[in-house]
Amino acid sequence: MGFQHRYLPHTDEDRQVMLEALGLRSVGELFADVPDAVRFRGKLDIPPAMSELELMRHLAGLTRGNGNVDEYTCFRGAGAYDHFIPSAVKHITGRAEFYTAYTPYQPEVSQAVLQSIFEYQTLICELTGMDVANASMYDGATAAAEAAIISSYALSGRRRVVVSSALHPEYRETLRTYARGPKLEVVEVPYEEGVTPVDRLQRMVDEETACVIVQQPNFFGCIEDMAALGEVARAAGAHFVACVDPVSLGIMKPPGEYGADFVVGEGQGLGVPLGFGGPYLGFFAATSRLIRRMPGRIAGVTVDAEGTRGFVLTLQTREQHIRREKATSNICSNEALCALAATVHLCILGKQGIREVAEHSLKKAHYAQRGLAEAGYRPRFAAPFFKEFAVRSPVAVERVNQSLLADKIVGGAELGRWYPELADSLLIAVTEKRTRQDIDRLISRMEGSR
Amino acid sequence: MTGDRKIGLQPEPFIFELSAPGRVGYSLPPLDVPDCELAECLPAASLRSVPPALPEVSELDVIRHFTRLSRVQHGVDVGFYPLGSCTMKYNPKVNEEAASLPGLAGVHPYFPEEIVQGALAILYHMERYLCEIGGVSRVSLQPAAGAHGEMAGLLMFRAYHEDRGEHRTRILIPDSAHGTNPASAVVCGYETVEVPSDSRGGVDIEALRGAMGPDVAGLMLTNPNTLGLFDENMHRIAAIVHEAGGLLYYDGANANATMGIARPGDTGFDVVHFNLHKTFATPHGGGGPGSGPIGAVEKLAPYLPTPLADFDGRRYRLVWDRPQSIGRVKAFYGNFLVVVKAYAYIRTMGGEGLVRVSEDAVLSANYLMRKLAEHFHVPYDRLCKHEFVASGSWQKERHNVRTFDIAKRLLDYGFHPPTVYFPLIVPECLMVEPTETESLQTLDAFAQAMADIADEAAADPEVVRTAPHTTPVKRLDEALASRKPIVRWQRGL
Amino acid sequence: MTYPAGYRYTKTHEWVAVEGKSGKVGLTNYAQTQLGDITFVELPQVGKQLKQGQIFGVVESVKAASDSYTPVSGRVKAVNGRLESEPDLINRDPHGEGWIFELELSNPAELASLMDVAAYARFAAEAEEGAKG
Repeated sequence: MGFQHRYLPHTDEDRQVMLEALGLRSVGELFADVPDAVRFRGKLDIPPAMSELELMRHLAGLTRGNGNVDEYTCFRGAGAYDHFIPSAVKHITGRAEFYTAYTPYQPEVSQAVLQSIFEYQTLICELTGMDVANASMYDGATAAAEAAIISSYALSGRRRVVVSSALHPEYRETLRTYARGPKLEVVEVPYEEGVTPVDRLQRMVDEETACVIVQQPNFFGCIEDMAALGEVARAAGAHFVACVDPVSLGIMKPPGEYGADFVVGEGQGLGVPLGFGGPYLGFFAATSRLIRRMPGRIAGVTVDAEGTRGFVLTLQTREQHIRREKATSNICSNEALCALAATVHLCILGKQGIREVAEHSLKKAHYAQRGLAEAGYRPRFAAPFFKEFAVRSPVAVERVNQSLLADKIVGGAELGRWYPELADSLLIAVTEKRTRQDIDRLISRMEGSR
Repeated sequence: MTGDRKIGLQPEPFIFELSAPGRVGYSLPPLDVPDCELAECLPAASLRSVPPALPEVSELDVIRHFTRLSRVQHGVDVGFYPLGSCTMKYNPKVNEEAASLPGLAGVHPYFPEEIVQGALAILYHMERYLCEIGGVSRVSLQPAAGAHGEMAGLLMFRAYHEDRGEHRTRILIPDSAHGTNPASAVVCGYETVEVPSDSRGGVDIEALRGAMGPDVAGLMLTNPNTLGLFDENMHRIAAIVHEAGGLLYYDGANANATMGIARPGDTGFDVVHFNLHKTFATPHGGGGPGSGPIGAVEKLAPYLPTPLADFDGRRYRLVWDRPQSIGRVKAFYGNFLVVVKAYAYIRTMGGEGLVRVSEDAVLSANYLMRKLAEHFHVPYDRLCKHEFVASGSWQKERHNVRTFDIAKRLLDYGFHPPTVYFPLIVPECLMVEPTETESLQTLDAFAQAMADIADEAAADPEVVRTAPHTTPVKRLDEALASRKPIVRWQRGL
Repeated sequence: MTYPAGYRYTKTHEWVAVEGKSGKVGLTNYAQTQLGDITFVELPQVGKQLKQGQIFGVVESVKAASDSYTPVSGRVKAVNGRLESEPDLINRDPHGEGWIFELELSNPAELASLMDVAAYARFAAEAEEGAKG
C-alpha cells in the first residue's frame, strides 16, 4: 500500500476499519460481483500521478505557446467575442458556494443559486423584451436548435424549419444534427447582399413551416430587417426565432418589440471567457404563452411555511426527469455558472454600461471599416452592421492573416471556410477592448500586405 | 429589542431593488475614435427606444449581494453532498486555476492552429485517456453534458443502422434508468420500451430476450445501475443485444465505481459517454456547465461528432473530414475549460490513483449502506458499488414520516440529502453516493444523523414532518410556484 | 374514499356524470390524491371531437404530469375556466367544482363499458393497496 493521495482521505487503517465492519478481508472482495468475463485485467495506460507543483509546471509549459487575447490583438469574432470582463465577475463565479453546488433540487439550502437564476431570467427578459427566460442552454447553437424542435411540437404537423444562410454556419450544422431525430426538414434561404431577402423567404414559408430562424446582427455582422422577416413567419402561422447578440441589445431593438416568439443566442460576450470555444452560455426566452413549452430549468418565486419569500425550480413537469419518454427536450445539466457570470456582468454594466459597450464596439468597428476601405479593403456588403463586418481582400486572405500573425495580430475570420463564394473575404470583429492604436495598426499592416 | 422589526438574517433583496438612477458599477476607457450618431450607422427602425432596465448599482452593491446570497448556499466545499448518481466529489482547487490560465481561458476558438497547439494537445491527450479508461477506440469531446452525449450516441446508432439499410425504431431502457435516457431516445426519434429489473436489481434477462427483435436499435444501460448494483449478467446482456443486431449504449453517470476495474468497451458497450462533472471532479456549477464526451468502439467511431483532434507526430490539428459523422452537436469543440479541469484531475490521480478512486468510492458506499441498514430498509441486500439505495418505507408505515421529510430533516443536521424518490422502482427511495473524497469521520457523522432522524421519526415525528427548522427559508410551497408562475422580477414584487 | 353514485368511471380514474345528452368529466378523488397538489390542467378546446379513450389533456402536479383520457366520445361543449387560475379545485372538490369539461355525447352506448360506483370503489381500493407497494 503506502499510496496516500491528497484527494483521498482514507488511510490504510480507515480501510481496515471499514472492511472489518463489512466482514471482508480485502477491497478486492467488494468487486466479487464483477464477472471475470468483463473484468479489466490490465493496468490503465495513464501517466503516473503528478504533484500540484508538477501539474502547474506541466500546464504552464503546455500553454506557453498558446496565443491568447492578452498577447495577441484579436480582430476575430464569428460567434465568440473578446469583450472586457470586469474583475468582479470572476470573484463571484469563483466563490465555491456557487461553483461546487449541484442543481438546486433542495431549495431550502440553494437560495443563492435559485435567486441568481431568477435574476438572470429577469435580465434576459429585460434585454430581449420577452416575458420568460430559462436558466440557460448549452450554447447559442443548441438554443437555436431546441427552439426549432419545440416549434414543431407546439405547431403540430409542421415539420419544416426555414433558416437564413446568414445564421452562424455551426449553428446551422447543429440544427441539422438535432433535426435528424424528429426528422425535421431544414431549408436554407440564401443570403443576398449580406442579408436575408424578405421576398425569397416569403416564397419558402408556408403552412408546413414550424419556424423561421434569423440572426440579428447576422453572421456577417449585418443588420437584418427583422420586422419584415418576422411578419413573413407570422403571416404563415409559423414561429419567428430571433438569434441575437446580447451585447447588441444595449442599443438595438429588443426582439419582443418585433414579435419574436423565441429569442435565443450566445451569451459568451456577457462575462464568459473565450476558453477555446466553451463552456459558453445559450440563452433562451419566449413569450408567456409558450412558457409550458420551454426546455430546461426555470426558477420561480414562492413562499415558505412561514410566509417568507423564497425560490424554487418551477414548472418541472416540462422536464425529462418527470416527463421521461414524453419530454420534448432531454436537457438536464445546463450552463448555470456561465449564467451567473452573465448575471454579475450585466449588473456591473447596468443600464448605462451595456449601452456604452455596445456603442463603443459599434463606433470602433465603423472606424475600422472606414480605415480599411481607404486601405483598399472594400466592404463586402453594403448593409449596415454592428460590431463585425466583411471586407474583400485584394490579396489572398491567408497571406494577409499570416503577416498579421507575425505582428501578433489575429486578423478577421476567413469566410471561405464556410462560404466558398466568399473566399476573398475576411470577417473582422471589433469590440470595445480594441484601442484606436490597435485598429490603426491593423489597418496599416493590412495595407502593407497588399 | 427594536419593536416589531425582525432581527437576524433577512431575505436578500433583489439586485433590482438596490438600484438608484445614475449609479454605476463599471468603467470603460474614453472613446478614442471619432464619435458619431447611432442613427448614422444603424437604421432607425433597428434601434431600441428605451434602454434595458438593468440595475444601476455600484460594484460593492453587486459583490455584497452575491456574497450574502452565497452564505445560504450548500456546496461540496460547505458540507457532505451524498446525491446518488451525481458524484459530488471534491473539486480540486488547482484545476480551477488551470482553467483560468491565460493560454487556455484567453484562446479564441478560431485562432489559427499554429498558435493553439497547447490547447489541441489537451484535446488530443484527453481523448487518449478517455479511450483507455472507457476501453473504446475514439472519443469526441464535443457534447456539453451527459444528456447531450446520449443524444449524440443514439444518433450514431441511427446512422449506423441506416448505413446497413436497417430500419430500427425502438430503444430498450431498464425501469431503473435516469430520466434523460428515455427523453434522449425520444428526441432522437425512437420509441422506448421499458425493460423490468429482476429481483436482484439487474436487467431481467428473460424480459430482455423477449423485448429484443429486428426493430430494436439498442439498449441503454447504466452499469452499475441506479440501484448501485453491477449487473452480474453484463456479458449475457451484451450477447443477447448483439445477436439480435442491436447496439449497447453506456450511460457513464456511474463510472466512478469501475475505473480500471471494468471498462465499458470491454464489457460489450458500443458507445459510451463520460460525465466529466461527475467522475472527473469538475464542479457542477449549480447546474452546469458539465461535459459529456462520447466514445465509440471501432465500428461506431466513424459516426462520432466532428471535429476530432489528431497528431501527426509533429503538429496537432482538428479533423473535420469524417464523412460518416453525424455532424456537430454544438458550436466549436465542446466545453473546453471543463475538459481542462478533468485533464488536470486525471494527471493528478494517475492511472493507479483512478483505480484507487473507484475502490475507495465502493468501499465507502458499502460501509455507509451497512451503517444505514441498522435503521432503514435496504431493499437490495448485496454488495453495492459506488452508491446504494435505502428506503424510508419503514418510517412511512410505522410513523407516517415520508422520505421527503427525512430529506428535509437532514438539512437541519447540515447535510445535503441523498437523491430522493429515484429510481422510481423503489418506494420512498433514498439514493446515497458518498464518493471517495469523504473521510471516515464524515461518513460516521452522516450515519449518526440518519440514525438520529430514525429515532426522531419514532419519538417526535412532527419535528421531522415539519423540517427543516434551521435553514434560511423553511419548507417552500412548490405548488404555489407552479400554479402562479412568477419567473421574472417586476416592480412591486 | 367515497365516490358519487350515478357517475360512471374509467380504469384511468376519470368520471363522467351524464345528464340528458351531455356529460361532465373530471378526475376521481383517488386520482387527485395520487397526483398530489395539482398545479395545471390542460383544457381541451371547445368544439373539439373526442373519441372514447383519447387523451384530452394533461393534468400536472408539482412532481408528476399525467395524461387524462376521454371516458365517452363526444364534442366538447364547455370547459371549466376556473381551473386556469385554481387548478387545485380538483384537489378540493374532485367530483363537483373540479369538473374539467362537458361534452355532448355522440355514442351514449359507450357508457355501458364504464364502471359503476360500486365497481370503481373496489377498483380504486385495490389500486391504493397496490400503490403502497
